[in-house]
Amino acid sequence: MSENLSGLDTFPKLLLHHARVRGARPAIREKHLGIWQTWTWKQFADEVRALACGLAAQGFKRGEHLALVGDNRPRLYAAMCAAQCLGGIPVPLYQDAAAAEMAFPIQNAGIAYAVAEDQEQVDKLLEILPQCPMLKHIYYDEARGMRHYVQAGLMAYERLLGIGREAYRRDAAFLETEIATGCGEDTAVMLFTSGTTATPKGVVLAYRALIEAGRAGVELEKLDDRDVILAYLPPAWVGQFVFAVAQPFVSGYCICCPESAQTLMTDMREIGPTYYFAPPRVLEALLTQVSIRMEDAGSVKRWLYRIFMGIARRVGGALLDGRPASLADRLLYRLGDLLVYGPLRNVLGMSRVRIAYTAGEAIGPDLFKFYRSIGVNLKQLYGSTETSVFVCIQPDGQVKADTVGPAVAGVELKFTPERELLIRSPGLFKEYYRNPQATLEAKDREGWFHTGDAGYFDPDGHLKIIDRVKDVGKLADGTLFAPKYLENKLKFFPHIKEAVAFGDGRDGVCVFINFDFEAVANWAEKRNMPYTGYTDLASREEVLALVRECIERVNADLALEPEIANSQIRRFLILHKELDADDGELTRTRKVRRGFIAERYRALVDALYGGKDSVHVEVQVKYEDGRTGMVAADLAIRDAKTFSPAAAKRAA
Amino acid sequence: MNRAQQIGEVVLSVQGVSLAFGGVKALQEVSFDVREHEVRAIIGPNGAGKSSMLNVINGVYHPQQGTIRLRGNGAWREFHDMDPHEAASMGIARTFQNIALFKGMTVLDNVLTGRNLKMRCSFLEQAIWLGRARREELEHRRAVEEIIDFLEIQHIRKTPVGKLPYGLQKRVELARALAAEPALLLLDEPMSGMNLEEKQDMCRFVLDVNDHYGTTVVLIEHDMGVVMDISDRVVVLDYGRKIADGTPDEVRANQAVIDAYLGVAH
Repeated sequence: MSENLSGLDTFPKLLLHHARVRGARPAIREKHLGIWQTWTWKQFADEVRALACGLAAQGFKRGEHLALVGDNRPRLYAAMCAAQCLGGIPVPLYQDAAAAEMAFPIQNAGIAYAVAEDQEQVDKLLEILPQCPMLKHIYYDEARGMRHYVQAGLMAYERLLGIGREAYRRDAAFLETEIATGCGEDTAVMLFTSGTTATPKGVVLAYRALIEAGRAGVELEKLDDRDVILAYLPPAWVGQFVFAVAQPFVSGYCICCPESAQTLMTDMREIGPTYYFAPPRVLEALLTQVSIRMEDAGSVKRWLYRIFMGIARRVGGALLDGRPASLADRLLYRLGDLLVYGPLRNVLGMSRVRIAYTAGEAIGPDLFKFYRSIGVNLKQLYGSTETSVFVCIQPDGQVKADTVGPAVAGVELKFTPERELLIRSPGLFKEYYRNPQATLEAKDREGWFHTGDAGYFDPDGHLKIIDRVKDVGKLADGTLFAPKYLENKLKFFPHIKEAVAFGDGRDGVCVFINFDFEAVANWAEKRNMPYTGYTDLASREEVLALVRECIERVNADLALEPEIANSQIRRFLILHKELDADDGELTRTRKVRRGFIAERYRALVDALYGGKDSVHVEVQVKYEDGRTGMVAADLAIRDAKTFSPAAAKRAA
Repeated sequence: MNRAQQIGEVVLSVQGVSLAFGGVKALQEVSFDVREHEVRAIIGPNGAGKSSMLNVINGVYHPQQGTIRLRGNGAWREFHDMDPHEAASMGIARTFQNIALFKGMTVLDNVLTGRNLKMRCSFLEQAIWLGRARREELEHRRAVEEIIDFLEIQHIRKTPVGKLPYGLQKRVELARALAAEPALLLLDEPMSGMNLEEKQDMCRFVLDVNDHYGTTVVLIEHDMGVVMDISDRVVVLDYGRKIADGTPDEVRANQAVIDAYLGVAH
């Protein structure tokens, strides 16, 4: 980046800079009435100025919080920036949260001002007014349906803007002074962590942290004002805030707001973003859509797709990484690009994507490689709200399916003896709002942030996150035992639905397996194998062999990782029934409750470690209508082959 | 709820209309009126003559007797029988019980056809698409997009209508009717065949249209819950005769209506 941004230590200062330097370039776009409407940096800055003066005229003061409730809309982003101009702190809230969930942040931060997208969001705010009497001013963007609202304190965005324009005309110097007063140590934004496990915490992030973290990413990926991003994830999520606010302010690129959630795919195709983020579940949904539509395609197209995807799998990733490939492969890939990959990227709206990130959860290697093989530069990154997202990014040419890459410039990483990852970086958060105790627990006196994630560096120095630190154990010989990591590796096989790994304090790892009934039933039908149901299939020698093959492939993988090579899976059994939330074996969000299962099936665990090759089981099950019954079965226990690192290398 | 436009003067008055198909008397001496900005429902058992009534109002059927008085552009006009084209130019638009859209055309194009009467350019001008024609088309497109936005059908803008589910087709038909910027909107069973959620959406749209654009709405509906909830006044027909007329509460309490719906021992 050639631009000199020194001294521009807040977003409002950067905004004025961009309005001056690239006033005619697009800052933000929104599809409205079927047309992409553009705000240039200059227009956006003018809107923000007027809005800031409007808020000031309404009594909004330095240090005050402004709640933002709504989807990605240019006006909400303008409001965010307007609050920052006045030294205020925007607090974006999740737009799909229920009204009751919005009450906590508003009470916690004593929020008096809110900007809502539309009637739906205004209704939610009005609903919680009795619990939140401090909320005095609500501004709404979309006036539709608001005609009959007479509550005091409600005002249309347009009106606020009008008041602000008038005020700005009278006294323009006021705002300039306010903007100049801000400095890098000021709070830029407060983002609430999702409160699924505990009360939400307000993470306070300063301008300096966001700008430094944003810049590290911008410099690594060489982003500039010609880049374009589609803003489609909730603005209250830190990633969206960094991609749609911090980074555009650092590099001057343009963000685009889709028309609605249903038009997302069309909008993405029209805009053709160059910079893209998607959590694994979105990528998976896209791939499923492609697969389904390929199955409906004509036989010639299906044949072409099959042949060329094979070639892509073989050489696509290597070509993207700049590794050598034979001339024949290059030519074939070029042909495939013309016939299959190019059109496919176009349908996905990824024709112009230069950099795509995924993060948030483990991504299946096949899914990850699919996108890379068709020429989409998909990479993984690691970060959290407390670290302004960017902790690790995979640099171009060093992308692996199972790591999150080396630390970004300026980020220090280290591990505690318990394998917990600690982070120190300029991007760290200031504090949890009004929660000094939690702040102290998360950030120690030397400034290290305790992530709660366990991991290690692979031989190339890439960070690998394996599990939450509280779930990680040790085998009897001291080897790291990360159950979720093993289970995830198994679950990436389409035939395996759930896996439960045991091994903490024992001398080896054993697993329970639930196969995916639909996938395996289909597999069995293709082999003309008659069966009566899940339990029947579970006892078939062929199915046991199928599962064993998956486990052995995982073992071969594990053998290559010296840190955990010893946690290869020694023995396994296939459970006679599917794990079920009704029986308390899964949480309602379908996470395995390992402790409960170990207790309930203690006899099975004992048999696994006792060296038997079959075991009788009898457990109570709960039916959907609430009745209970007993299910009994004889389960076979099988050994799986383990590998020495050298043997695994030969196999690979 | 207080509304933007208070219910005003009578804008449509039907006097003593009788309609017969051969020996079948579809309507006999029916009279009622519709006031500006109100939601007026016509209800009745199957075969009561509801659709015939709508068809008389917008000129598809020609009654043997009676008159229709309509106020358009500030002046009253009296018709013995309407002509559909004239009805449309007087500001009447309608939807049909069995959706009448162009199945092969996109939603956008279907809604654009609703602007038909507002297009001033000649065929030739439109073919060349210069000057006036271009300006006009952009204007129409904008009007159509606003309706698309209003009815929340952006995501199907470019989808051929034939591929849409029934509930959405109904909404597209409403969009096309609105594209004509009608003063009086006739809806023939806008909620038939819909599930509960779609019905709620449709009710919201009908009320929004009435409130936002101030459009007077005459609707036929079978779902009593819907009718009683959203209409200001209700006409009840049975065997082609008007048996009741009044607010939902009055109609609900009317013995003749109860008999017509529940049957009565003869």
